[in-house]
Amino acid sequence: MSQFQSDILLVVPELFMLGMICVVLVVDLFLEASRRDLTYWLSLLTLAGTLVLTLALFGFGQGNRLGFGGQFVMDDMAILLKSSIYLIMMAVFVYSRPYLKDRELFRGEYYVLGLFGVLGMMIMVSAHNFLTIYLGLELLALSQYALVAFSRDSGMASEAAIKYFVLGAIASGMLLYGMSILYGLSGSLDLAEVSNYLATNTDKNLYMAFGLSFVVVGVAFKFGAVPFHMWVPDVYQGAPSSVTLYIGSAPKIAAFAMIMRLLVEGMGSLFADWHQMLVVLAALSMAIGNVIAIAQTNIKRMLAYSTISHVGFILLGILAGTPEGYSAAMFYAIVYAVMAAGAFGMIVVLSRRGFEPENIVDFKGLNDRSPWFAFIMLLLMFSMAGVPPTVGFYAKFSVIQAAVRVDMIWLAIYAVVLSVIGAFYYLRVVKLMYFDKSENEVGMAPVTDAGIVISANGLLMLILGLFPGGLMALCANAANW
Amino acid sequence: MLEWPVLSLLIWMPILGGCLVIVAGDKGDGARRIALAVSVLTFALSLVLFTEFDRTTHEMQFVEMAHWISTFNINYHLGVDGISVPLIILTTFTTILVVMAGWEVIKYRVSQYMASFLIMEGLMIGVFSALDSILFYIYFEAMLVPMFLIIGIWGGPNRVYATLKFFLYTFLGSVFMLVALVYMYSKSGSFGILDYHGLRLGMTEQVLIFLAFLAAFAIKVPMWPVHTWLPDAHVEAPTGGSVILAAILLKIGGYGFLRFSLPITPDASHSLDWLIILMSLVAVVYIGFVALVQQDMKKLIAYSSIAHMGFTTLGIFVVFSILDRTGGTSGAVMGMEGGIVQMISHGFISGALFLCVGVLYDRVHSRQIGDYGGVVNTMPVFASFFVLFALANSGLPGTSGFVGEFMVILSSFKANFWFAFLAATTLILGAAYSLWLVKRVVFGKVANENVEGLQDINRREFLVLGSLAAVVLLFGIWPAPLIDLMAASVENLVHHVTISKL
Repeated sequence: MSQFQSDILLVVPELFMLGMICVVLVVDLFLEASRRDLTYWLSLLTLAGTLVLTLALFGFGQGNRLGFGGQFVMDDMAILLKSSIYLIMMAVFVYSRPYLKDRELFRGEYYVLGLFGVLGMMIMVSAHNFLTIYLGLELLALSQYALVAFSRDSGMASEAAIKYFVLGAIASGMLLYGMSILYGLSGSLDLAEVSNYLATNTDKNLYMAFGLSFVVVGVAFKFGAVPFHMWVPDVYQGAPSSVTLYIGSAPKIAAFAMIMRLLVEGMGSLFADWHQMLVVLAALSMAIGNVIAIAQTNIKRMLAYSTISHVGFILLGILAGTPEGYSAAMFYAIVYAVMAAGAFGMIVVLSRRGFEPENIVDFKGLNDRSPWFAFIMLLLMFSMAGVPPTVGFYAKFSVIQAAVRVDMIWLAIYAVVLSVIGAFYYLRVVKLMYFDKSENEVGMAPVTDAGIVISANGLLMLILGLFPGGLMALCANAANW
Repeated sequence: MLEWPVLSLLIWMPILGGCLVIVAGDKGDGARRIALAVSVLTFALSLVLFTEFDRTTHEMQFVEMAHWISTFNINYHLGVDGISVPLIILTTFTTILVVMAGWEVIKYRVSQYMASFLIMEGLMIGVFSALDSILFYIYFEAMLVPMFLIIGIWGGPNRVYATLKFFLYTFLGSVFMLVALVYMYSKSGSFGILDYHGLRLGMTEQVLIFLAFLAAFAIKVPMWPVHTWLPDAHVEAPTGGSVILAAILLKIGGYGFLRFSLPITPDASHSLDWLIILMSLVAVVYIGFVALVQQDMKKLIAYSSIAHMGFTTLGIFVVFSILDRTGGTSGAVMGMEGGIVQMISHGFISGALFLCVGVLYDRVHSRQIGDYGGVVNTMPVFASFFVLFALANSGLPGTSGFVGEFMVILSSFKANFWFAFLAATTLILGAAYSLWLVKRVVFGKVANENVEGLQDINRREFLVLGSLAAVVLLFGIWPAPLIDLMAASVENLVHHVTISKL
């Protein structure tokens, strides 16, 4: 097999995705509005096909396969993260269909842009070169900007989109600037070569740290870590809920992959520098996210601040700088994406024509209206709060374990205390659902495919909580630096 | 030794039973009947532990071991010794009473109510039988979820405040324990509790770990000054919730001291025992006075619980002073046994008292002492039970309340006269608040129309209170089976704490 063939083989899932996006785009063009469901099914099929291709072509434990002159990598982490992204995105599409239909937003663009975003995430996960990382990131970001503005008549959505775009562009600029400094120093865009250069030329540490700090800023912005978190609440609240669901779930996994590729693979020898930066980011994110979330009345905004605090926990795992820490952070990122898909999904699934549970009080008395969905939401909330036996506990447990292992006991204690503070606002949602009586008599819709999938999503919190070993082992194998 | 997994059955039968109850739904008596059947079956099964238990050894029995999370070497490791068996039987026994007590009273979402208690039962048994610290922690924390719902859904007017306070308070305490457990894992590479018992730790480490455990267990017990969640939770909880809270949840704190603090950090326990003894004596004396002035019956019993649990912690931590003074272990063993007997006995008595208050509350819908008076005239049978339990609460000889208190006071004498003196004030204070409560509620002239219209207890209530009265008297007159059960384990524990880990 020639070099070219093996290179192409490496990107078959991406090529399949790209081809299918074009098919969806063209097919959708010729569809009548009443038959738009075909676009939806095609999109799901695309994701399922990509999942099958990824798993069939690449097995776990086959080591790092580099292609295209080191620009693209397929390793265990890539397989695991990509598979999670596909599955979460399938759930996202299923949840949002009834929502989009009710709001006259059921257009092909949602799926085309969504799939382009997935392609961007796939590239981010597998990128092994500054340029590829940037390409993947921008592909995802541009799709997201457009998705946020997707509801054209909504002033809030447009405002959110503009904020997101302007701040996102600045962050991308920062990232590029940092990359260019590192390129100027090392003369290469390839992560492996940059890494080699940094390890051997320690006399240039100051310049490197300068470049590094811009990279960290860019990455922290994309991740939504404090103090680069300003866009998160506004965008989450302003975007249509189905888009918030999109932005809040799978892209976190991609952002995690980007941090791993850039900081750990590319700049592992600058660990001492970025370790300190991440400590600050993590400590601030956990504090600000958890404390400010308490004051929120809008549930999307509350979940936005909760995202910020979870990002702090993920960073806590990364900054430990050990394989254990990386695998813990990976576990956390995947679990968080699934939880977020469930929580935002619940908002979308419970929406009806003319009614949307935007505010936390809209969850009042859910136990009387639908004990089952109340229970699913209860599982999701307790999982986010990190209460056993839900999987959220193991996520927090493993990052704290990683932090204690490297003798950062005080940071671990700080993190657990803040998680107790954070538990309050998740409990408040449970309180409203179970302890309060409903004010509006919005009936529950019959069980739909979205209802079934979100039930599975919620129950997954419990099932993974009882048997977390499998996913943990996968993460531990994937984090082999 | 039995071949089949008794402990797993004990844990999972009620949990799955709870799911079944939910499926049965709120219509008709289905949920209640299934709940009762499951709780009786679980109780019957737990008696197997009592009959098959080998009393000659301190080794863990009925052990089950399976790999669970290989990445962190966490195992599904269960086993019981003489300290946990009585607590498990207490749990299964109390759950039956709670299910029966909620039979007619609970009208709203009865299936969720019964299911919460059954799931709670499984989790509590899990706490008492877990030999892996993470498994323990998971049961320990998961227990908060059903309790949170029980207080919040079926509780009194101020229930939301009470249940959030309860949840966050206990959650805060236990996360420190989690960090301590993780720290010890990084030292030993295992989460096994028995491995921790043998783990060597330096003094600073021990002190910090001890304080972390203290945060978790002192809040759970609750010890003065972190007891403030308990009166709120008790007052707002439905009767069943109060009973479980007082009878079992508080014991988990005491159990934690015995299973974690003492054997894992013996040197820190030794050097900081004055702190615990101080907190215990404050609880006994000061909280006793606080109980005296309460106007709310449930609050009074709640404060009395704190004072009685002070006895437990005193009995557990007085062992070091006794060992130092006498050099022998016999006094220390008696103190610790007294503490454990006190836990079991307090489980029966406080549960019974809360059930008595529940009986009154169901009829009059008031917990204020001032709204009652002369209940004996209209409810003579109930009054005799109430008086019996109040006397047991004040430690009357012949009731189980006497045995534990007497053992603790007696062994405290071997440690320090003043410990014993202060502890003995409970005999006066306990009698004062218990008997004064009885006097104001039960005796005297019929106070008002509500009391005049009271119906005496029905057969169901008679069965509940009667069975509790029977065990209170049984263990008061003949505590030997209980003490035999725990003797070997307690002796081993006392022996273990005498060996320094430094």
